[in-house]
Formats: sequence, structure tokens, C-alpha cells
Amino acid sequence: MATVNSQHLNGGQKLAIKYFSVAVILFLAQLLFGLLAAIQFVLPDFLFGLLDFNVNRMVHINAMIVWLLYGFIGAVYWLLEDESGTGIAGLGLGNLAFWVLTAAVTVVVLVYLFVQIGAGNDTSIWFINEGREYIEAPRWADIGIVAVMLVFFYNVAATFAKGRWSGIAGVLTLDLVALAGLYLAGMFYVTNITVDQYWWWWVVHLWVEATWEVLVGCIMAWSLMHLLGARRKIVQTWLYIEVALMFGSGILGLGHHYFWIGTPDYWFSIGGFFSALEPIPLVAMVVHSIYDSGVHKFNSSNHPALAWIIAHTFGNFLGAGVWGFMHTLPQINLYTHGTQWSASHGHLAFFGAYATINIAFFYLAIQKWRGDVWMGGDLPDNGWKWKWSLGLLNFGVLVMTVALLIAGYEQSFIERAVQGSTWEGYFAAQNHPWFKEAMVWRLLGGVITTAGLGLLIWDLLTVGKGETRPALVFAEEKA
Amino acid sequence: MSSAPPRWSSEDFWKKVAIWVTSGSFVILIFLTFDSLAKVQAGGSRVQAYSVVNKAIDYRFDAKQNRFIPVIGGDEPLFGRVLSEEEAEKLVTLGKKTIQAKNCINCHTLLGNGAYYAPDLTKAWLDPGWIDPSNRENLLLSFLQDPEKNARTFSGGRKMPNLGITEAEARGVVAFLKWMSAIDTNGFPHNFVTLTSHDEDEHAPSRPEHDASEERKEHGYR
Repeated sequence: MATVNSQHLNGGQKLAIKYFSVAVILFLAQLLFGLLAAIQFVLPDFLFGLLDFNVNRMVHINAMIVWLLYGFIGAVYWLLEDESGTGIAGLGLGNLAFWVLTAAVTVVVLVYLFVQIGAGNDTSIWFINEGREYIEAPRWADIGIVAVMLVFFYNVAATFAKGRWSGIAGVLTLDLVALAGLYLAGMFYVTNITVDQYWWWWVVHLWVEATWEVLVGCIMAWSLMHLLGARRKIVQTWLYIEVALMFGSGILGLGHHYFWIGTPDYWFSIGGFFSALEPIPLVAMVVHSIYDSGVHKFNSSNHPALAWIIAHTFGNFLGAGVWGFMHTLPQINLYTHGTQWSASHGHLAFFGAYATINIAFFYLAIQKWRGDVWMGGDLPDNGWKWKWSLGLLNFGVLVMTVALLIAGYEQSFIERAVQGSTWEGYFAAQNHPWFKEAMVWRLLGGVITTAGLGLLIWDLLTVGKGETRPALVFAEEKA
Repeated sequence: MSSAPPRWSSEDFWKKVAIWVTSGSFVILIFLTFDSLAKVQAGGSRVQAYSVVNKAIDYRFDAKQNRFIPVIGGDEPLFGRVLSEEEAEKLVTLGKKTIQAKNCINCHTLLGNGAYYAPDLTKAWLDPGWIDPSNRENLLLSFLQDPEKNARTFSGGRKMPNLGITEAEARGVVAFLKWMSAIDTNGFPHNFVTLTSHDEDEHAPSRPEHDASEERKEHGYR
């Protein structure tokens, strides 16, 4: 009988399950608060004075950042003992860090919901809300996040040092140094908003368009080896290619956020050029995953996980690459900057690049937790739940993306180009029927996405239950 | 038979490329960071000293640079009182901390970054909606302290909630918005016709080439 059983898991994997469980809960919170904010675009009086738009949106985007981070930390703990060949160096400390982080996240969210805002002083910034997009968590929580990241880094580096290093191990360890270090760039107050936004984009861009992408490259590399039996040498070569292209374009691609904040105009050429290169590493990831899947004739030990990894590589390419490229050229960005066009890119990129790979790991985890059961084709119910949740989540996000693109296009035309971004121009765009209808479609897309998540949760709770066949095992193929 | 892979596809080659490209990119970024931050300190040409709140600020199209740039004019003290640099910085700081504490960025954008539920605040101080310069400060103060009663939403039903902004905080926010409107943003937002430009529309007999008003006429939106 295939029930969940911790005896099927190693120490790191048990900790990973904790991280994945909280990640799913926060993913649900992300979607629910996103729905509330989407409703408010359609019905402005909804929850007015109780949970205003600035609260709902803040919880929406913070839940997203935190659940993805939980998912990544979980994925690394999942693979760590397998990749290093040894037990985790500071597993007790890792578990403690998990509970500390989770308690802190809970407190922060409760403060967001019930206290919401404070007076214009340092106390508010330290204890209520920092008021900076994506990193609104108060300063005390920032310190906690850095401490947890350092524990995590210690566990990764010390475990590989204790066991064995590999290409994936090296890239991963150095990436985590960057991950913890860059977060520090956002942890201070400055009155000059140009300087403030300069460093803020270090956190936001270099995290999500550089270090997170490399982290995702590492866990994708590991998954392909274990799902398909792909050769390590090939996988690691691709990983290095992706790192070179990712950091080669992503580090200076930061410049596309510096066009309009007061910094010198040489960022037009630097940011415009390197941003234009940013789709290239994402092409490499698509080629890599399709090549490996193809040469193995798409035989995998876990079909839902492989499907989500492929969704990841295409979603990453389209969302972060194509949609990002589309409006980071400065001549276009002058009109699209600060419109729903940016939101369209953001929704597709965050989901396509990061939610997908995390969901793949959720399926890897549940398979092993049930005792390495069969999760290929020919599932008892034909796997309808994983296929429909894959379809609904991706389709829902696409509906939102297209709706926001239409809204953003209308907004960049009416508000920016024609009306010159006056407040009257802003509302002329917001009140236009195209915009209003697009917001209804975005809300519908959000409902579809949420339905997909509901189905995903149901599937994760039931897939493999009662399965008696063992999983396919692929040893690494010989040269 | 197996053969050694060509150099360009070997793992070791790409490992070295990854290291050098990453290191090189980061070094370039560090260099550019020092240069950019030096150029955007308050008091330079790109970001004005906080005491710019004592001046009239406008935003005009510059034909030579082919974009809109802030224009600093004569004396126009905020709330009728000239502030020293230290006093101005203190007031602008109160304004910025208030903007952070009230979580404005999750409805508004500043310099185009933030949420898209409410208008961009980059040139809010210059917005023609404030009717005329002599009323601007008082309208801003009353709006911030009771936004529901002094709504600026041009219909459509969207409202700013009452955030409990005190009068002192509101004065700080006004100072911050005025100072921010003087930042050289390389022409963002494009085509913004300011409160004082709007005034001159009624009296100016002719306009220079590329005047934004001409562009608006051509679109038939006047």
C-alpha cells in the first residue's frame, strides 16, 4: 500500500517536504489575494476601507516571492544528500531555521493584514511595512531572512565539503552566496529615491533575473538526470552554458530598470543591449530540456514532473525572454514603463520561470514520499488530475497575460503617448472600455488559475495512493 | 568508438567561460554603479538638492536632447517659507518615510515603479489637475489628509482610502513630490504637459517645434 511515509525519505528530503508544504499554502494565498486585488480593479468599492488594494496586492506579491523561495530551498534540500553522497551537515539547524522562518512569515502576514500601515517614521519601517515593492517585509524580518539564508548556505556548502563536490554543487554554492549577499542591498533607508530604486533593483532584478534563474538551472539539471537518466557530463555542460549566458546577459541587463529613475542615459545602450540578450540563455534551457527528453524518447520516471519541467522551459522562455524583451527596449519602454504591460510580463515570467519548476519538484517529492511508486503513463485514472491542473494553471496564466497585455497596450497609448501621463490621462485610460473589459478577463484568468491550483492540490494529495507498481529507474547511461 | 569532444562543447571550456563572463559582468556593473551613484547624489545636475523645493519647477521639451527635462526657475518657496538645505532634507525625508509607511507603492508608481492601480507620482507636483499654482499646496494638503472627501479620480469609482496622514506628514509628502518632480528622468514620462505649461497655452501666440500640445492636437484629443 503506497501511503506517505517518512521512512522513504532522507533527512534533507524530510525537511524539503516541510518547505514544499508551506510553499503550497502560500501559493494558495498568493492566488486568493491576487483575486481580491483583481476584483478591486473591476469593483473599486469591494472591501474598501477593510482590505484596500495596497494591502491585497502586497500580500499577493510577497506570498509569491516567499512561496517560490520556500520551494527553491526545499528543492535544494531535496537533492542535497543525493548529490553530495552524504548526510546534511547541519540538519538540526536547518529544521530550526525552517520553523523560525515560518513563524516570522506568519507574523509579517498578520501585521500586513491587521496593522497594514504606520506613521511616517523608522518604527514603521522596522516593524510594520517597509513600503518597497516585493520587499515590504519590515526590517526585523529582513534580518531573519538573511540569517535563514546563511544557515541554508552553510548547510549546502558544508554538506558538499563533507561529501563530494560536483559541477551542480559548485554552481549552486556560489549562487547561494549571491542570493544572500544581494538581499543586503535592500536593507537600508535612503531619502534620495533615485539611489533607493537603484539598490532596490539590485535585489529585485539580480535576484529574480540572475541568481534565481541559475538556481533553477541547477535544480532542472538535477531533475533531468534523475527523471530521464541524462548523462551528467552533458547536463553539467549545459548548466555552464546557461550560467554563462544568464549572467552574461542578466547582470548588465539590470540596466533596463535604470532608464527612467534618474540615472545617466548610458544605461539606455547598456540596459537595452544586454536585455535584448536575455532570451538567449532561456533558449538554451529549452533546447537542453527538449534534447534530453527527446533522446530518451520522453520515457521518464515521473510524467507530471517532466511535463512541468518542459512547461518551465517554455514558460521561462516566453515569460522572461520574449515578453521581457518585448518591452525592455528603451524606445518602447518609454511608453510601456509603469503600465499593465509590465504586469503582463511579470505574471507570465514569474509563473513560467519559477512556479512551474517548483511544481515539478512537488511531484518528485510526492512520488518518493509514497515509496517511489509508478508515475509514468497508464495511471489508474489516466492522470486526468495532473493533466487538467497543468492545463488550467497554464491556460489561466495565459489568459491573464493576454488580458494585461491588452490593458497595457491601451494604457501606454492613451495615458502615456496621447495624454502625457497626467492624472486625467491615467483615468482616461483606466475608464476606457478596452481597459475595463481586459480587467474582467484578467479576473476570469485568475479564477481559472485558482481552479488549476485546487486541482493540483487534490492531485498531490491523491496521486500514487494505492499504487503497487514501483517507479521506473534510469541509471545514468554509459558513454 | 569514442572521441574527445571538440573544445567548444567540452564541460571544462564552458565552466571557464561561465566563470569569466560572470566575473567580468559583475566587475563592469560595480564600476558603472560607482559612476552612476556619484552622478545621482542629491545636489547634482540629475538629482537636485532638497532645497530645490524653494524653486519653481517645470518640465519642458528640449529639442536638442529630444526629450522632456525638468526646468528649475525662480524662487517659489513651499508653503511660503524658504527652507535651508538641512530643513528641506528633513521635510523631504519625513515625506518619503510617510510614503513608505503608508505603502503608497502598492497602488501608485514612483518613477514608473510600483503598482498600477493609481496614477504615477513622478510628476504629481506638476499635474495640471491642481488648477493653478496658488492653490496647489492647499489642494494637495487637503487631498492627502482626507482623500475620500477631496477625490481626484475623474469619475470611474476608484478611490484613495484615508490613510491617517497627519498635516505634518502631508507637508512632508508635498515636499517630497516637489523634489522628485525635479529629477532628470531622461524624459519619462513623455509628453507630460505641466500645470504651468497648461497656463501658458492660453496666452502663448506660438509654440516651438515638437511642443507637446501640437502632438495632442494632431491626435484630436483636445
